Amino acid sequence: MSVRNRILVLVSAVVALAVVAVASVLHASARAQRRDQAQPGGPRVTAGPVALTDSGRMIFRNMAWGPHRDELTSVPATDPSGPRTASHIKCLRFYAASGTGVCLQAVHGPVSDTYRAVILDSRLRITAHYDVPGIPSRARVSPTGRFAAWTAFVGGDSYAGTDFSTRTAIVDTRTGTYIPSLETFRIEKDGRTYRSPDVNFWGVTFVPDDRTFYATLATKGHTYLVRGDLRSRTVTTVHANVECPSLSPDGTRIAYKKRVAGLPKDAPWRLYVLDLRTLRETPLAESRSVDDQAVWRDDHTLVYALPGDYGADLHQLPSDGTGTPHRITTAAVSPAYVH
Amino acid sequence: MYVADSRGHAPALPAAPAQDAPAPSADDAARPSPAGRRLAAIAPTVFALGAVSLITDVSSEMVTAVLPLYLVAGLGLSPLGFGLLDGVYNGFSALVRLVGGHLADRGGGRHKWVAGLGYGVSALCKPLLLVAHTLTPIGLVLAADRTGKGLRTAPRDALISLSSSPESRGRAFGVHRAMDTAGALLGPLAAFLILRATVDGYDAVFTVSFCVAVVGVLVLVLFVPGGARGRASEGTTPDGDAGDVRPSLRAALALLRVRGLRRITVCALLLGLATVSDSFVYLLLQRRLGVPDRWFALLPLGTAAAFLLLALPLGRLADRVGRGRVFLAGHGALLLAYALLLTGGRTTALSAAVLLLHGAFYAATDGVLMAAASGSVPPQLRSSGLALVQTGQAAARFACSLGFGAAWTLWGDRTALGLSTAALAACTAAAVLLRPDREGVHEPEGVRSPEGDRSPEGVS
Repeated sequence: MSVRNRILVLVSAVVALAVVAVASVLHASARAQRRDQAQPGGPRVTAGPVALTDSGRMIFRNMAWGPHRDELTSVPATDPSGPRTASHIKCLRFYAASGTGVCLQAVHGPVSDTYRAVILDSRLRITAHYDVPGIPSRARVSPTGRFAAWTAFVGGDSYAGTDFSTRTAIVDTRTGTYIPSLETFRIEKDGRTYRSPDVNFWGVTFVPDDRTFYATLATKGHTYLVRGDLRSRTVTTVHANVECPSLSPDGTRIAYKKRVAGLPKDAPWRLYVLDLRTLRETPLAESRSVDDQAVWRDDHTLVYALPGDYGADLHQLPSDGTGTPHRITTAAVSPAYVH
Repeated sequence: MYVADSRGHAPALPAAPAQDAPAPSADDAARPSPAGRRLAAIAPTVFALGAVSLITDVSSEMVTAVLPLYLVAGLGLSPLGFGLLDGVYNGFSALVRLVGGHLADRGGGRHKWVAGLGYGVSALCKPLLLVAHTLTPIGLVLAADRTGKGLRTAPRDALISLSSSPESRGRAFGVHRAMDTAGALLGPLAAFLILRATVDGYDAVFTVSFCVAVVGVLVLVLFVPGGARGRASEGTTPDGDAGDVRPSLRAALALLRVRGLRRITVCALLLGLATVSDSFVYLLLQRRLGVPDRWFALLPLGTAAAFLLLALPLGRLADRVGRGRVFLAGHGALLLAYALLLTGGRTTALSAAVLLLHGAFYAATDGVLMAAASGSVPPQLRSSGLALVQTGQAAARFACSLGFGAAWTLWGDRTALGLSTAALAACTAAAVLLRPDREGVHEPEGVRSPEGDRSPEGVS
């Protein structure tokens, strides 16, 4: 084949492939536009005032299609599937307690998105913001409203691509003291100082004393529940195979996801509750794999997200292993209850 | 096939690219611009292979760049706690590379078709990503993608070396590596622009990536000459010592008895044993030099940019002063990078210097090693020989990563880095004694000096 023919073959192939490529991009962008229109039968969402002090309400990220998609919205805690009030603040992950909120949001740059954590006051005004080095995953505020923590997934090595690590940060919203990574804390494991390049932390939950927290530590393929001390900057292992701990309001139990043997590797977790005094584990009555940091609605009820038609739905379950789970609302994630 | 046939009748004289007509880049070489004159010695085949690599890297880096976001935000998976590709796969991929190298040599040089198979497998993996929605199938698709990469690397490098004259091989590999890295830099940019236009349109990214990969395969099929017979009987430049070696498995293994290649392999192994993996370098940059979190994801781009800029100049330098010398100097750059990391000074300039040295290390070693090894392997076994060196180096680096991780766990990052620095200094010194620079252009290749025969043995 002559050079001319070969170039002709290449050019016609490139044209055909370019048509396919452009069509796929147009198709995807048309689909993206549909998400900005409200779906018939979806929850009713209207703009209105949302405050972190509206007691008796649940505040969460609204995932229903329409103009208020991804905004913080609130509903009465007793009627979670009722009409939603939207705040205009967009968050990927959210949590709030005692009038302080933390919102992990995307910042659209010229090429790719970056992420930041913003600290919100009770009227949802931004009081501080911090760079988040990867895809937001977990967010928590201490029961007193003083400390905020968040976790992001970091895919650092562009050649490996699948090499994931996490970065967990804690900030004192009162003093502004900022700990960009828990990996600077001294780790005490089995009574000894422990070091490893593969250490990862995620899923912080705070004790009301404004000094102690719990989190997940992962290293060498195992996960541990650690108790952290913000003053001595140490963490100590407490229990094995615990991810995304969530401390009960009375401070006696940890709800968490446990990796259970024999389950598929992309859905390996079951919800458990750990009694911190006896270290006794109680499996909960949820038969699906839960990948969320559960929220305690009160001392006896847990709320968590499961995948749903519009991203995620919220479900509720007793914390003592009894009962059956039931869905409380659709197209919602990252709930926080205002007491 | 027709391309291969036409090539069979037109013997390519590597030193005279003007006669190597079919590729369009022959026109570039003839253009009387200064750049054209400078690159005149680069065979069109090398440009064609560079274009294939550039296009393929755009395609594969598009996927790599969005994959974490896709898994976490698109599919809602938590990929932490287990690698998608584990250590077992590393062993398998080494085997694939050796097999690819060997297959390419058999039957009188099927480099183009084995490389084409590798590029094709990787291209076909892209649409599969559209239907794989859970971790296990995604892991399998990625494994298949890397298998394709493993298959094609050695035959492609063999093609580059076979289509360039021994004196200009460093430059040829430099051109190729620069084009390859340019693709790796453009891919993520393209992917993020598509994501921006489509709001989470991962399917569009994968579809476009597939289309781009197909173009890469087409360029290979249309513009890279196949059938190595013309090249293998390059009568003008005696290339390698055994002129009539048959490409059997036995002959491939017997390559380890070839003094020159063994010396290069031992050097690559020794130095590989002290080469800390990229991810550790970036982790150290962050821990010891205090690179802020928001820059972390961009660190590999720094290395790639330095690699891109320096690949050609250092390849040319290697042709002039000796490939072994530049290869060793590259490890000197790495040694300096380690030393800078050890200082723990928290300035931006220091971090930039580490990335520059890290990129210079790749520019002085990656293609240069292939150029150096090419001189010690007869053309009939070129692909097997290069695969052998690459695999040995990869295995040594993997061992180093394990050792480095263990040292970090036992003694902390500073001590682990100190040990690696000492090990790299020792290995570089040992490699200097082995004198891989003997393979430089000043010594006619294929002619072994008696002195060369008495070089250190039993060092393995």
